[in-house]
Amino acid sequence: MSATAASPQAVTPARMSLRQRLAARGIDSITLLVLPALLALVGLFVYPFIYGLIVSFAPKVGPFYENYHKFFSDPFLRSTIWHTLALAFPTTLLSILLALPIAFRVRLMRRQRTLTTILLLPMTLGTVLVAQGLLTYLGPHGWFNRVLMLLHISGRPLELTNNYWGVFASLVLTGFPFTFLLTLSYVSGIDPALEEAAATLGGGAWNRFMRIFLPLLAPGLAVTFCLSFVQSFSVFPSAVLLGAPAGSTHVIAIAAYQAAFEQYNYSLGSAIAMIMGGVQLVIVIAVLASRQLFYRGPVGGTKG
Amino acid sequence: MTDTRVLQRSASDGAFLPRGGPAGGPGSPQSRSVLELAGLRRDFGSFSALRGIDLTIAPGEFVALLGPSGCGKTTALNCIAGLMPLTGGRINLGERRIDELPPEQRGFGMVFQSYALFPHMTVRKNVGFGLAMQKVPRKEAEARIDEALSLVRLHAQGDKLPGQMSGGQQQRVAIARAIVIRPPVVLMDEPLSNLDAKLRLEMRAEIRRIHDAIGSTTIYVTHDQDEALSMADRIVVMQEGMIRQTGTPEDLYERPLHADVAEFMGFRTRIHGRVRSMQDGRVTVEAGGAVVEAVARNPVSVGQTVTLMIRPEDFLATAERTSIGGTVRTIEYRGRAFFGTASLADGTDVFFRSEMRHSVGQAVGLSTPPSQILVFAEDGS
Repeated sequence: MSATAASPQAVTPARMSLRQRLAARGIDSITLLVLPALLALVGLFVYPFIYGLIVSFAPKVGPFYENYHKFFSDPFLRSTIWHTLALAFPTTLLSILLALPIAFRVRLMRRQRTLTTILLLPMTLGTVLVAQGLLTYLGPHGWFNRVLMLLHISGRPLELTNNYWGVFASLVLTGFPFTFLLTLSYVSGIDPALEEAAATLGGGAWNRFMRIFLPLLAPGLAVTFCLSFVQSFSVFPSAVLLGAPAGSTHVIAIAAYQAAFEQYNYSLGSAIAMIMGGVQLVIVIAVLASRQLFYRGPVGGTKG
Repeated sequence: MTDTRVLQRSASDGAFLPRGGPAGGPGSPQSRSVLELAGLRRDFGSFSALRGIDLTIAPGEFVALLGPSGCGKTTALNCIAGLMPLTGGRINLGERRIDELPPEQRGFGMVFQSYALFPHMTVRKNVGFGLAMQKVPRKEAEARIDEALSLVRLHAQGDKLPGQMSGGQQQRVAIARAIVIRPPVVLMDEPLSNLDAKLRLEMRAEIRRIHDAIGSTTIYVTHDQDEALSMADRIVVMQEGMIRQTGTPEDLYERPLHADVAEFMGFRTRIHGRVRSMQDGRVTVEAGGAVVEAVARNPVSVGQTVTLMIRPEDFLATAERTSIGGTVRTIEYRGRAFFGTASLADGTDVFFRSEMRHSVGQAVGLSTPPSQILVFAEDGS
C-alpha cells in the first residue's frame, strides 16, 4: 500500500477504479447476496403495503377518508380494536409469565433439545389444527370438562368454547413455544456467575431475580413481548373456530375479512388492515421505547 | 464465645443463622473462627472431582490451592462457597457446621475468575450489593463502600459502569465487592488469569496488601506456582481431587515430597535411574547412560528404581565433557542466560541452563550440584 500511495497517480481519487471506490464504501460482490431479500421485501411487503394504503383512501362513495371515518364511527367496527387487544395483551403476558420460570429451570438442563422439540410441535401443527383439537377437548363433552366433573371440581361443564376463553387458550397454546424459545435464549445469555456472585453476597432467590436477572432480561423480554404480541394481534382462525366471531371475539382481522370478502368492499378492508397495522405499531414502539429505561449493554459478564 | 452467641440467636430466631448474614469484620468474633474442611467429597456420576479433602485453615491465613487444571481446586472452592453441594464430608466455621447452608447464608466473599460484576450497576452499586442484602443502613453502607473503594484505589471511579473499565480495574471492583461485607473468609478463583503479565505482578502484591489490611482469611485458587509462592502463607498442592502436599512456600519449593509436586515447583527434568550405591545420605544413581551423585531426601535402597528431578536453572550445560552428556535440541535466550532442551544418550529429554548459545545438535556436558537433585523412589518396582 505504502509503495502505491507514494506514486502521485495513485493518490488522486479519479484514478481509483470503480471497484476500489465501491469497496471504500463497503460495497463488494458479496453485497449482491442481499438482492433476493431486497426483491422479496419490495415485492411482497413494500409494494402491497403502499397499494393497500392507496386503495384504503379510495372509497366507493364519499370523501377520501370515508373508510376511516366509517370504522371509527361504527361502534361494532370500532370495538374490534378492544376485542383484539383484550385477547392479544393477556395471552402474550401469560405466555411470558409461563415461559420465564420454565426457561430458568431449563437453562440448567443438559438435554434441552428433546424438550425444545416437544415444545415446537404446537407451532408446527398450525393454528387451525390446534383450534379444531381444542374445540373437542375443551367442549362440554371433552376430556377437560370430564376430568373436572370426575374430580368434583365443577358440577356442570364449563363453557370454554365458542367464547373468549376458547380463543384465549388457543392463543396461549400456539404462542407459548415461540415465547418460550425466545425467553430461553435471553435467559441463557446471562452469565451464571452473576447469580452465583449475588448469592455469595447474601442475595436470596427473590433478590437475585429482581435485582440481577430482571433488569438484564427486561430489554429481551420487551422484544419477546412485541414479537408474540404481533402474532396474537393478527388472530383469525381460532377466533372464528373457537370463539364468538359475531360477539366477544369479533377481532379486527375478522372485520377486515368481512369487509373485503363478504361485503366486497375492498377499500374498507384495506383501511381496516391499515388501522390494524397502526395499532400494532403504536404498541410495539411504546414497548421498545421503554427499553431505554433499562441497561442494554452486554449481559454475558464483563470483559475478560 | 462466638458459638454460644450464635446458638442463642438461633434458638430465639428459630433460624439456623441470623437473617442478615454473618456480621463479621476485622477483629470481630466471626473472623476469628477456624475454617475446617473434613473429608470433602464431590462426585459427578462416576467421576470424583474431590476425593476426601481435609484441611484446617487458621483465621487470617492466606492459603493457596495450587494444582493443574482439572485437579479439583475450583470445585473445592465452589463447595466451600456453597455454590455446589457436597456429596460427602463437612465444613465447619468455628464450631458451626455450614456445609448445608445456601451460599447467601454463609457470607463468604468470593472473587470470580470472570469477575462476575453486575453489568447494569455502577461500581458503587456493585460494591454496595452485599450491604444492601444485609440491610446495612444507608449512611454506614456509603461509608463502607468509600472505604472499600479506597482500599482498592478506585475511589474516583465509583459512578462508572463495569463495561467502561479496564480488566485490572474490574478485578479491583470485584475484590472490593467481596471484602466490603467483611466476610470471615474471602474466596478467590484464579482472579488474575485474565490479566496481562505486568498487571498480574502488580495485582499479586495488591491482593496480598488488601489481605493484610483487612485481616481476613483468604483461600486463593491458582494454577500458577509463582503466584502461590509469592502470595500465600501456606500452599496446598492438589492433584486428581486429593491433597498432595501442604506447606509453606519455602517448604514446597525446597522440599517437595512427590515427583508430581516437584514438577509443579519447577523441577522439569525427570530422569529414570537405578540406585547403585549409598553412603552417608549420598546416593549414586545410574541414570540416562551416566552415573550421577545426589543427596537422597527420601529413604531409598540399593537397586531401587528412582526418578531424579532437576530444575533447569540448576542444570548447567557447558562445552566441556561431564559425567552426563547430551545433544542440544532447542535453545532460547531469556535475558542473562540461555535455556534449552537436550537429549541424553538414552533419549530422555532434559531442560538446562547455559551461559552461552549452543547450536542445535551440539554435544554438551551437563552438571548440577548433588544437593540440587531430588531423588524419588518409584512406586510399583
